[in-house]
Amino acid sequence: MDSAAIVGVGMTAIEKNKIRDGFADMVWEAVNLALDDAGMTIDDIDNVVTTSNDFWDGRTISCMAVSDASGAREKNVSCVEGDGTFGAFYGLTRILSGSYGTTLVTAHSKGSESVSSLITNAAFDPIYQRAIGMDMVSACAMQANAYMHRSRTTPEQLARVSVKNHGNARHNPKAQLPMAITVEEVLASEMICDPLHKLDCSPVSDGCCAMIIAAKDRVGTAAKPPVWIKGAAFCADAFHLGDRDLSRAAALTRAAKKAFDMAGITDPATQVHVAELYDAFTYQELMWLEAMGLCADNQAGHLLEAGVFDIDGTLPVNASGGLLSGHPVIAAGLIRMAEVVRQLRGEAGGAQAKDPTVGVAQGVNGLCGQSHCVWVLSAES
Amino acid sequence: MNNSLKHIEPMVHHSQINVPYTWWAGDTAGRFLKTLRDEQTIMGTRCNHCARVTVPPRKTCPTCFTENQTWTAVSDQGTVVAFSVARRQLAALVKKVPVIFALIRLDGADTALLHTISQVDPAEVTIGMRVRACFSKDAGATIMAISHFVPTN
Repeated sequence: MDSAAIVGVGMTAIEKNKIRDGFADMVWEAVNLALDDAGMTIDDIDNVVTTSNDFWDGRTISCMAVSDASGAREKNVSCVEGDGTFGAFYGLTRILSGSYGTTLVTAHSKGSESVSSLITNAAFDPIYQRAIGMDMVSACAMQANAYMHRSRTTPEQLARVSVKNHGNARHNPKAQLPMAITVEEVLASEMICDPLHKLDCSPVSDGCCAMIIAAKDRVGTAAKPPVWIKGAAFCADAFHLGDRDLSRAAALTRAAKKAFDMAGITDPATQVHVAELYDAFTYQELMWLEAMGLCADNQAGHLLEAGVFDIDGTLPVNASGGLLSGHPVIAAGLIRMAEVVRQLRGEAGGAQAKDPTVGVAQGVNGLCGQSHCVWVLSAES
Repeated sequence: MNNSLKHIEPMVHHSQINVPYTWWAGDTAGRFLKTLRDEQTIMGTRCNHCARVTVPPRKTCPTCFTENQTWTAVSDQGTVVAFSVARRQLAALVKKVPVIFALIRLDGADTALLHTISQVDPAEVTIGMRVRACFSKDAGATIMAISHFVPTN
């Protein structure tokens, strides 16, 4: 696919508590950074897609509350409830329809303002499940256990994901938790929910990301070289956790295969040069890598220990620090895409991979990776 | 961040959303919960197309997208296929930590039921462990009519 490209990205710093910024303040900051990055003004934007979640924001039709800050007045603005990658997917399809030459996509949330355990408990079915008292952490801990049981991945290998990503975040001025830590420190951190220690979990965060996607005939007006969208696909698994094989991510495998097919990639493990994956918990980075075919089944932990996924490895994964170093829900997946854009442009500073031309970004929506959105991006058309 | 506010204490607004809901359980969940309450029996639905038994029951087969389902009782015993042990008392937890959450595939079912395991040292719980349901007569027609699962031996 060569029909559209990302021409501008902007994001706020990811912080534990942006107490001085409301939703619109964050969106305004990210949108203006994206417009500056693209060398565009709001008049160059044909339509807007905002992405948010009413439960996290604590208000009905939360996406419309940021329409002023995203310059959506008197434009066609539509809203996606879910991860930012799904908002971007909708934005892309609007470009591909031929009706719009540019789409501005925003995604925001402030985890600091509510209680994430209660918000994610509400994702469970109210009749069959909610009273049992689970939340995202306990559900994902169950998946971690199932994955580790099947793949023989060890707690030390999980911990090493945390060490790598927090270490990588030291090169990212927008990351919330840059840290130099050891495997032993991760394993010694508080056990939140077996087998996940505190440092196996991403933090609660605030943040916003914005992105401008342009049709082929409009990329020429942008300030920087375009990052081409070579493939984009999403796929959902069953809602009920007990209907799935929780140790695998079948929907991600499908989404990745479709996106790689679109991009003409036959061997992702060697043809992808940089990846930003949805590491809400340490085990997820390893599980997603295997499910996407970026490495062989049951091998992610071993390859991690061999340094393959380090910034100077053959496939840097979450060189930005990933979600373990800052996890504003909703914005999270769009930030993954923006970080791949920065890598492909050579703008990643100390986190820069060596001359990448193809990168992959992944977003997740739902409990234990119910649905996945995969993007294959390239510096070359 | 607005720098002009740097030396001013930020103003925050404390609030709470508290909206009563009355969710219609539907015929399928309604029958399941009523059977749990009145007969301490766990029911599933068997798809007439793929023959898979889904627990808890669904109006439509999650695999086949068909509506033809036959009600069938499944065992109150099953196998743990995944579990986790909550150690920090996060807000969603109803019980005191440690709480053992598990997906349990009951004998006769093809999908797993989400619930809790009690009366066992969390360190002894394993994937593959055999458990059975304990019922509560006080919980009414709710999922908590199964109060928890315990190891069979």
